[in-house]
Amino acid sequence: MALLQRVAEQGRPVVRFTLDGRPVEALEGDTILTAMLTNGDHLRRSEFADSPRAGFCLMGACQDCWVRTEEGDRLRACGTFIAEGMRLVSASEWTAADGEGQP
Amino acid sequence: MSRPLSPVIVGAGPAGIRAAEALVAAGLRPVLIDEAARGGGQIYRQPPDGGFSRPKTALYGTEAAKADAVHRALDRIRDRVDYRPRTLVWNCESGALDLLRDGVTDTVPYGPLILATGATDRVLPFPGWTLPGVFTLGGSQVALKFQGCAIGRRVAFLGTGPLLYLVACQYLKAGVEVAGVFDTTPQSAQARALPGMLRDPVTLAKGLALVGWLRLHGVPVHHGIRPIAVEGEGRVRALRVRHRADEIAVDCDAVAFGLGLRSETQLADLAGCAFRFDPMDRAWLPVRDAAGRTSVPGLCIAGDGGGIAGADAAELAGERAALAALEDAGLPVDAARAAWLDRRLARVAAFRRALNAAFPFPQDWAATIPDDLMLCRCEGVSAGILRGVGQRGEAREINRAKALTRVGMGRCQGRVCGAAAVELLAGALGVGPGEVGRLRAQPPIKPLPIAATPVQEATP
Repeated sequence: MALLQRVAEQGRPVVRFTLDGRPVEALEGDTILTAMLTNGDHLRRSEFADSPRAGFCLMGACQDCWVRTEEGDRLRACGTFIAEGMRLVSASEWTAADGEGQP
Repeated sequence: MSRPLSPVIVGAGPAGIRAAEALVAAGLRPVLIDEAARGGGQIYRQPPDGGFSRPKTALYGTEAAKADAVHRALDRIRDRVDYRPRTLVWNCESGALDLLRDGVTDTVPYGPLILATGATDRVLPFPGWTLPGVFTLGGSQVALKFQGCAIGRRVAFLGTGPLLYLVACQYLKAGVEVAGVFDTTPQSAQARALPGMLRDPVTLAKGLALVGWLRLHGVPVHHGIRPIAVEGEGRVRALRVRHRADEIAVDCDAVAFGLGLRSETQLADLAGCAFRFDPMDRAWLPVRDAAGRTSVPGLCIAGDGGGIAGADAAELAGERAALAALEDAGLPVDAARAAWLDRRLARVAAFRRALNAAFPFPQDWAATIPDDLMLCRCEGVSAGILRGVGQRGEAREINRAKALTRVGMGRCQGRVCGAAAVELLAGALGVGPGEVGRLRAQPPIKPLPIAATPVQEATP
């Protein structure tokens, strides 16, 4: 279930991307953080604690919102805008790399 | 004779924009570098270009006119500054700034330099603080202003400081259910601080109006609380706090949290500025004169990046720092204007002291952090590990503690955990927070892609 709730600015054009292989929609001008958290409840799993994370400061200070693409690129979700066709992964980066998905 | 270097400003918030404006007025062409895509800083952050339609009154409320004036100031001078948005400054040493933009690194030499790097939320850990749905107050405001999103359907506001009430009101106005405001400050402290805040009756009235408006809309406002825990599996389900002998539990799916602000001083540190411990901000801050000059010749700091004073002061300080830079370069400045800015800034400082008394840092909090609670979000290091190196006498200084525990060494470089780490180490040693030193900054201050290309190779 979505973590973030849209309360305004909902008339923007739709952008399509995939989240853990699932086709989903965001809006133009969404950050990756907004795009992922309006379609799910976390961005990644901490590689040290295996707990889900969803960012914290939203202004590029905490670095808690780095996410992976299926290609293996790392993007800071609060400071990168969503683009059509992005393939993003929120499952554990270790298991996702094996193509196993979330445990 | 070689041409003198252009002045460089880091940060396009209220301080940086007003600094740039004053330098342009003197006929110079400053370089203005900003990590964001659009000017305004965090407080006056603008939505992304295109598609967003809320008016500024909806975005900034009572501060809409000020936000608009700052945005317009940048628009007016835009073709007379070397404006570099979406650009991270990741190092500041030996007279040059190292930059990263769109995966390409670059260097900009500086003569006069004005750092207007702003601030982020100051936080202390509490059980559940790493759960998805717990965001900083500043982050909660960014979600709303910048993205038209709330951090949840039913949000609890926890901590202290003016932002606690401001963001709660902004959420309520946006139609979000506010589960309650949980202020760590006892009401008695706020009552005692009232006379001092009468120095700025307009700001005081705005603050009181926020609290009144929340109460009018049935939002419970609790004073003198301490958090017990955010509950939930994988996401927030409830917040529990202690209020005197009682426990209050409230259902919510998100928590906005902050304990005032902390200055972003890492570039000043890398540039070699002298620091001093500031008891009011409870942090080591660059030594500055009234105009913002640091111990490094030619380097001024303006705005919250040199000590927390708020957006109005940042505008004044930005202009004042620019006048100092001009004066130090032997250029003419309007001395009457400089003196007026000095007087206004002194008034703000007096008000700021009263505000700090109204929203004091909860000094007893750190001692109650459980040993097994995660202190370092980046690498999952617990509070007990940091306390342990102090208790066992292995570290009496925060950088030694960092070396032994990795707290402050992760991706955030101490921006999130630093304040808490200092409190915990000082507590373990039985000394004040000013006696364990300050975390030294390391370049790059934020992670760089290993594939970053130098600009010479990127441009054919």
